[in-house]
Amino acid sequence: MSHHVLSLLVEDKPGLLTRVAGLFARRGFNIISLAVGTTEVPGLSRITVVVDVEGLPLEQVTKQLNKLVNVLKIVELDATQSVQREHMLIKVRVDSTTRSQILEAATLFRARIVDVATDALVIEVTGDTAKVEALLRVLEPYGIKEIAQSGLLAMGRGSKSISERVLKNS
Amino acid sequence: MSTEATPVPGPSVQSRSEPPVLTGSGAILASLEKLGVTDVFGLPGGAIMPFYDELMASTAIRHILVRHEQGAGHAAEGYAAASGRLGVCIATSGPGATNLVTAIADAYMDSVPLLAITGQVFSTSMGTDAFQEVDITGITMPITKHSFLVTKPEDVAGVLAAAVHIATTGRPGPVLVDVTKDAQQKSAPFIWPPKIDLPGYRPVTKAHGKQINAAAQLIAESRRPVLYVGGGVVRAGAHAELLRFAEETGAPVVTTLMARGAFPDSHQQNLGMPGMHGTVPSVLALQESDLLIALGARFDDRVTGKVSEFAPHAKVIHVDIDPAEIGKIRAADVPIVGDAREVLLDLLPAYRDATKAVKPDFSDWWKRIESLRTQYPLGYTLPDDGLLSPQWVIEKIGELSGPEAIYAAGVGQHQMWAAQFIKYERPGAWLNSGGAGTMGYAVPAAMGAKVAQPDRLVWAIDGDGCFQMTNQELATCTINEIPIKVAVINNSSLGMVRQWQTLFYDGRHSFTDLNTGHDTAMIPDFIKMADAYGALGIRVTKPEEVEPAIRLAMETNDRPVVIDFIVSRDAMVWPMVPQGVGNSQVQYARDHAPEWERE
Repeated sequence: MSHHVLSLLVEDKPGLLTRVAGLFARRGFNIISLAVGTTEVPGLSRITVVVDVEGLPLEQVTKQLNKLVNVLKIVELDATQSVQREHMLIKVRVDSTTRSQILEAATLFRARIVDVATDALVIEVTGDTAKVEALLRVLEPYGIKEIAQSGLLAMGRGSKSISERVLKNS
Repeated sequence: MSTEATPVPGPSVQSRSEPPVLTGSGAILASLEKLGVTDVFGLPGGAIMPFYDELMASTAIRHILVRHEQGAGHAAEGYAAASGRLGVCIATSGPGATNLVTAIADAYMDSVPLLAITGQVFSTSMGTDAFQEVDITGITMPITKHSFLVTKPEDVAGVLAAAVHIATTGRPGPVLVDVTKDAQQKSAPFIWPPKIDLPGYRPVTKAHGKQINAAAQLIAESRRPVLYVGGGVVRAGAHAELLRFAEETGAPVVTTLMARGAFPDSHQQNLGMPGMHGTVPSVLALQESDLLIALGARFDDRVTGKVSEFAPHAKVIHVDIDPAEIGKIRAADVPIVGDAREVLLDLLPAYRDATKAVKPDFSDWWKRIESLRTQYPLGYTLPDDGLLSPQWVIEKIGELSGPEAIYAAGVGQHQMWAAQFIKYERPGAWLNSGGAGTMGYAVPAAMGAKVAQPDRLVWAIDGDGCFQMTNQELATCTINEIPIKVAVINNSSLGMVRQWQTLFYDGRHSFTDLNTGHDTAMIPDFIKMADAYGALGIRVTKPEEVEPAIRLAMETNDRPVVIDFIVSRDAMVWPMVPQGVGNSQVQYARDHAPEWERE
């Protein structure tokens, strides 16, 4: 599988997400994860999408996305040149013997306990994909009851901003 | 049309005084008038009634009431394709809007500048499954260049101006504007010209000089080049520039189904149509070429056959206004994003520069092509069942009507024969549904073309299957005095499907008999049908009746004409490249259908 992280700067218009998601679906591009939110500029949103483009060039994906009238800019964020983070909530089974081991693992991963019950804990973890997956592997033997995960968020390193040139041009 | 720089024509008529307050419907009408729209095709219904009430009073806009919204869509397409202007169609919400869907998809595939305006239920009722509510912007999202939902009257002018700008610039295409009934009824100040804010829409028309020079260099170095001309050349109005460039280079030209007429058929350099039913010289020239100069063409599967075996020795210069077409099917050695006309204007001096010292020599290439031409001219055999040859009938229509006429075809065998045997000398003479392959396109498209170009002779070359899908628009033609001529090439069957059944399904003709032709019940009787619609109906069964019937049709301009040509059903479209094989396996089959190698 060949994953790419794309950051899309888009106009915040009704149906925008449908346009983007629909384009991926009908052109046969697989979405691995998707995160949408507002930006520092009113009226503009940012979509971070992880796409699997096995078998076709990434260029075709970005060209098709560029044809969407409400898409202003597309940047591919390389893992080495950007900060990438996922956010996950994990509900894990505990009992009196396993609780301390799980707490210790959470500490090692700099994860936080956000809910405690007699037979379960909810752990909140933030990190890149590898870190989140590693924590999951550690917790798995204790019994994972539930997972909620955000899409990947990503931002280029350094002082440049994705919205800079777009705003200058308009 | 793609070179227009400003979306909103004309200065504002408003001076310092306050802008007039108009209803949303009034604003739609005023915007269309200011955008230069003079003809629209549509059919009213509940959710679009406020606008129709305004439209009734308009003197600047002619509204043509169709009998089915699909007819309005194709009529607007025919209008646009014949004239190069924007086509406009109007429908109500729900089924009115969904009836436009086929035409919108058709316009999307063939890059036709089309504005579709639909009524929508009250904004307060949206999402409640209200009467005649459908999410038409959602339904058409994959088949429009863009779409808008308008819920406030103050947004009307800006949205329509933006919609027309998007539809007519860059790669043209359909844009849908859905207007809720309350937005039509409520009032707001009408400000013209409106501010158009499309920060994400900036089509590139002017190509990079570096790429132009690289392309010129490749052509200068080539020995077996082919100008592979697509519909983009027609849409860009680049025919004159193409002619000049082709003559400067002396390279052979092939014109795809969408590009028939972009380069004169009478020109010695024109090899005809490439692809599944292309001429043998055209198909094989592409196969043997060392350089494809693709102009506004998109390497459609009906042109390439099996892509991995298409033009295997050729480098590719790919010129297209849509960057996403370049490299989509075939990698380009020199990609050029730009308007075909502007690129050709730049390419000519660059080519002259590149060939100043040594002119490339294509004489061996032409020797090869001429031998293919001599050996495999386009032709047909007369059927042996004593019935009319459909190819001959179509050829005759073209001969008698000439290059200034407009020919709109349906989809199937008759379409291919019309593409092959009518000689096209100018862009806009040939209208058809190329990408979508929409049966039923011909009659409404011919109607739209005749409205756009009333002084031209307009033929719908239709099949008996296609004709039964949209012939209700004959009523529209008769009532609105739009005297089109319809040639029904009546082989009593869904001919192209039947041909494939004959060739690939052991002759099992599964549900392709229509019983409209020779030796059948002739249901419906197209002559009676023509009569019922107030058109002149002529039935032709013998060769000697063909020319007089065509002449009578050409002389009859007080009503539409339908000629029912009863033709042989065994005629097939040749040459043919069977689906799924490389184009080098093109079957000529002039005298007989060849034995097919089964895989």
